[in-house]
Amino acid sequence: MNAEPMNRTGEPVAAAKGEVLLSVEHISLRFGGVKAITDVSFDIRKGEVRAIIGPNGAGKTSMLNCINGFYHPQEGQITYKGVRRARVKPHQAASDGIARTFQNVALFKGMSTLDNIMTGRTLKMNRNFFWQALRHGPAMTEEIAHRKVVEDIIDFLQIQHIRKLPVGKLPYGLQKRVELGRALAMEPELLLLDEPMAGMNLEEKEDMCRFILDVNNEFGTTIALIEHDMGVVMDLSDRVVVLEYGRKIADGTPAEVKADQAVIDAYLGVAH
Amino acid sequence: MSDVAARPAPNLLANGWVKTGLILVGVVAAAILGARLDGSGTLYKIFIDPFEQMVSAPDLLVQTIWEGLVTGVLYALIALGFVLIFKASGVFNFAQGIMVVFAALTLVGLHEKGVPAFLAVILTLGVMFVLAVTIERVVLRPLVNQPDIILFMATFGITYFLIGFGESVFGGSPKQMIADQLYLPKGAIDLNILGGLVSLQKIDIAAAVIASIMIAALAVFFQYTRIGRALRAVADSHKAALSVGISLNQIWVIVWFTAGIVALITGIMWGARSDVSFALEIVALKALPVLILGGFTSIPGAIVGGLIIGIGEKMGEFYWGPLVGGGIESWLAYFIALGFLLVRPQGLFGDKIIERI
Repeated sequence: MNAEPMNRTGEPVAAAKGEVLLSVEHISLRFGGVKAITDVSFDIRKGEVRAIIGPNGAGKTSMLNCINGFYHPQEGQITYKGVRRARVKPHQAASDGIARTFQNVALFKGMSTLDNIMTGRTLKMNRNFFWQALRHGPAMTEEIAHRKVVEDIIDFLQIQHIRKLPVGKLPYGLQKRVELGRALAMEPELLLLDEPMAGMNLEEKEDMCRFILDVNNEFGTTIALIEHDMGVVMDLSDRVVVLEYGRKIADGTPAEVKADQAVIDAYLGVAH
Repeated sequence: MSDVAARPAPNLLANGWVKTGLILVGVVAAAILGARLDGSGTLYKIFIDPFEQMVSAPDLLVQTIWEGLVTGVLYALIALGFVLIFKASGVFNFAQGIMVVFAALTLVGLHEKGVPAFLAVILTLGVMFVLAVTIERVVLRPLVNQPDIILFMATFGITYFLIGFGESVFGGSPKQMIADQLYLPKGAIDLNILGGLVSLQKIDIAAAVIASIMIAALAVFFQYTRIGRALRAVADSHKAALSVGISLNQIWVIVWFTAGIVALITGIMWGARSDVSFALEIVALKALPVLILGGFTSIPGAIVGGLIIGIGEKMGEFYWGPLVGGGIESWLAYFIALGFLLVRPQGLFGDKIIERI
């Protein structure tokens, strides 16, 4: 457990950017007798790209599910923007500025790319039911304004050609990109990406890497991502937390993690 | 373009409609030929005589189609209630029929207690809202993520609860709809056209107009507004909808309440044509063949399906019913639906299931 002191001492802070946006403290999550996560603590700093890595079944996706409120951990606490959050609901997390994508894309298959990304604006839109129903006046102006934002995102992700197509028919790589677009439409402060490069070919991976870096650099969005491709993790992330069997085994810059004996034994050693 | 000649001629048979048309033409030709050669005249009675009647007495034809149209509109309204809930929550709501009865009974019951008619309508809407919230809290929320069949069975529970609750509060005897107090028109317009008398009930015209307006409003609402988009999103993927900040609980209350409004309007219209009784619940089951025809997820499908079933049923009863001693109206709808299931299981407008393997 050399990770804890590493966090406190000077070195990783040099790599980290800004203040703590989200901190996870002593989280434990159980499903009946199965321990998915045991006593895990780490933090995500404003503006950084934070990677969560680990072998299959290490509890990475469960961790993201805890952060955006799909799961409620039995122990520990999550502090987001200085507010300790007890039993947060997914739509509350979304309105607090946490957006996410899923390991197996979860899109609205029957709807067009444009409509899919528009759903990301749900929380940004005025809640006036009456004008909404009439589709007139303020609601119309609002719809147009949000449409502009969405078109910008479509341009940014270079998916103009599939704007009107139902996403169920798109190839997997493009579906992942649409899903990223929907998350971006929420203008999130914290973006959770669950294996954004899974199932992609090399070219698609490179595109996706570029988009992630651009989002981080241009919009200053904090990103937490799960990834299996070690090359991608080393290139993209500012700091890495390594999980194994639901426990944290290392935490630090990519270089530090790579050199960590526990990580090599548990993860890199097996993979390479 | 130089490559035009190289392009293969389009295969007309590949087009489903062309194929269906050709088959129909073949069937009709065979029928006419058969009728000519047929000694006993049975085929003549099935394939030729009804159409001769239609041509010789167009006024009766118009009257029959009109009756079918109005019944069809009401079927469509009930089916619409099913579609709304099915789209948003994937639940096949067996209780839609009883919701129609319950809404109508509440309205009439409140009026009997001395509440002015329009205030009673508003109060009934309030009751439907409370019902929607209650169903969401007590039934849907605890059963979230359960298999569809569990939720389907839960709606059976809602049905029997509403029957019992309705009977204990309002009594089991049929009631008269307060059509006059709601300023719904009475009487009939008699048209002298096509060499005969076609009689249109004013209440039927009102029903058709009101239903059309409501359907149009719902369609626009679903297609173009934020909430409509959210409803469609929830229908597609629950977890993705949650991740963009759509509250499932809120959406469920909205759809069940909308279905409640549709139920109330259906109840008023149907009640004004006959009376308000629990027998209506059986009529509501006609929505099943309508949905099979139109597709479970399509609002236009519910409307077109409702009209096809309504008109088909009345025409069948009037022209072909006497051949088997009448009374085919009660089962013909299911028969038509069965035929559709064999040819187009997703319905006329239903989502064709796309699955990547």
